[in-house]
Amino acid sequence: MKKQTFLENMREQLPQGVIQTGQIRDNRFVIDIEPAALLTIAGYLYHTLKYRFIIASAFHTKKGFEIMYHFSDDAAGNIINLHVILPQDQPEIESLTHMLSGANWIEREMREILGITFRNHPEPEKLISDGNWAEGVYPYRKNFK
Amino acid sequence: MIHKMANQRIIPVGPYHPLQEEPELFKLYCEGETVKDIKWETGYNHRGIEKLSESKTFEQVFFLVERICGICSTSHPFAYANCMEEIAQVEPPNRAKYIRSIVGELERLHSHYLWLGLAGHFLGYNTVWMWAWKYREPILDLFEIISGNRNSYAMFKIGGVRRDVTGDQIALARKTMRDLKKKNDLLTKAVTDDPVIHARTKGVGTLTKADVMDYAAVGPTARASGWAIDVRRDDPYAAYDMVDWKVITADDGDVFAKTQVRLLENYESIKIIEQCLDGLEKEPEGDIELKVKEIPEGIGTGRAEAPRGEVFHFVKTDGSNSPVRHKIRAPSYVNIATFKKACVGQTISDATISLAAVDPCYCCTERMAFAYDWHSGDKIYDGNQLVERSRKETERLKNTL
Repeated sequence: MKKQTFLENMREQLPQGVIQTGQIRDNRFVIDIEPAALLTIAGYLYHTLKYRFIIASAFHTKKGFEIMYHFSDDAAGNIINLHVILPQDQPEIESLTHMLSGANWIEREMREILGITFRNHPEPEKLISDGNWAEGVYPYRKNFK
Repeated sequence: MIHKMANQRIIPVGPYHPLQEEPELFKLYCEGETVKDIKWETGYNHRGIEKLSESKTFEQVFFLVERICGICSTSHPFAYANCMEEIAQVEPPNRAKYIRSIVGELERLHSHYLWLGLAGHFLGYNTVWMWAWKYREPILDLFEIISGNRNSYAMFKIGGVRRDVTGDQIALARKTMRDLKKKNDLLTKAVTDDPVIHARTKGVGTLTKADVMDYAAVGPTARASGWAIDVRRDDPYAAYDMVDWKVITADDGDVFAKTQVRLLENYESIKIIEQCLDGLEKEPEGDIELKVKEIPEGIGTGRAEAPRGEVFHFVKTDGSNSPVRHKIRAPSYVNIATFKKACVGQTISDATISLAAVDPCYCCTERMAFAYDWHSGDKIYDGNQLVERSRKETERLKNTL
């Protein structure tokens, strides 16, 4: 019951841009959001609710490029995953690094392995691929028939 | 951003670290003795483990992730097991939970001793180095008796553990813990009472609570800056909610605070292990695993508190027998980035210990040190000379105190 209240509260309090909310396990939540709303919603979780940014996981599916931004609510032991889907032809999203230095490396890594562009990244240099593989090669991209 | 001043020099520490002997490259931008900016380069040893995982079965992934790190080799299987059990919605039996916690805490103990030894070595305190590594040996011996290996124990599987801990092993573990407590008393006193160590580490490499929150730092790095986060307490797994222990924090955020947190955490680990051994004696022998036949389609997030902080695994499955995507976040990935805050404004001699204070693990994230003149490109110092500078600073302080 307590967890349901948590989700209801989240739905009420979260700024515009939420597509749907869901609960995958007892203390694991997924919030599907519009890519354009990432900065406001992530800002709300980080600044207002004081959630800790863990990391982001990106993967390529038939739907497009999906990113899960994992936040930790350490006081309650919850993990809140902000889920965005970016289009196949133009995977682009705003960078979180200005708000949260912890997002710096992972955004650069996602750009190198999947070719996702992070707009306004303050340090857009290569992190892992420099000299390791050719320009324009994205090893985590998949070929869907 | 880096402002290249006329009198600024770039001092690269790497691409093979002179002491930690792992691949990484720090570029220290210095004016005279003072570090003005720091940049980190990685990718020299990128092994593509996340990609490799997609070609392994769920059971094989345990052996793959165990090889991410040679020191905290069990923390990745630990987080991965938590993650897969979340997807399969199973809970291991209590006996397996106790064994998991025992392995996790023994690892924390040997890892903290390893760091303490290295930190002593960095400062030119080779007695601390020899002592800490000597006291680490019985823990590794115990591991060998429990698991067959001094490191990379292969103890974890989905739904439980691979080997039971019984009879004589329990008695030996108890004796090792009793002895270790005395050794930890000795080391804690030696380190915290020493005026030179105080002088070399207090106020050095300081991170504020706001800094660690901004960089999303974890583990002793966060706890030494007064941020009381610990996955073992916040999102309990294994046997951590079945035993009594506390989260150790300090407020100063400097190298001394980080040392203090690790030394005191050793006592908590010993306490946890002793209680888990009591627990083992109450549970039926052999009840160490739950058979898991299928892993359904879904996503899972698993975490475990490694010696360096929270290890995080994200797995996406599609009903087959391999992960579709496996994202791994080792604690050093977020902790190393705090160097930007910890080192800027310090002298080169202090930078060595500040860089070491977060206990960076390059195998988890990712070379030789040379200092070149920014303009002429001439070599000024090599790795050994940089370490020598750090030791001379300790000598200088010893003579002034």
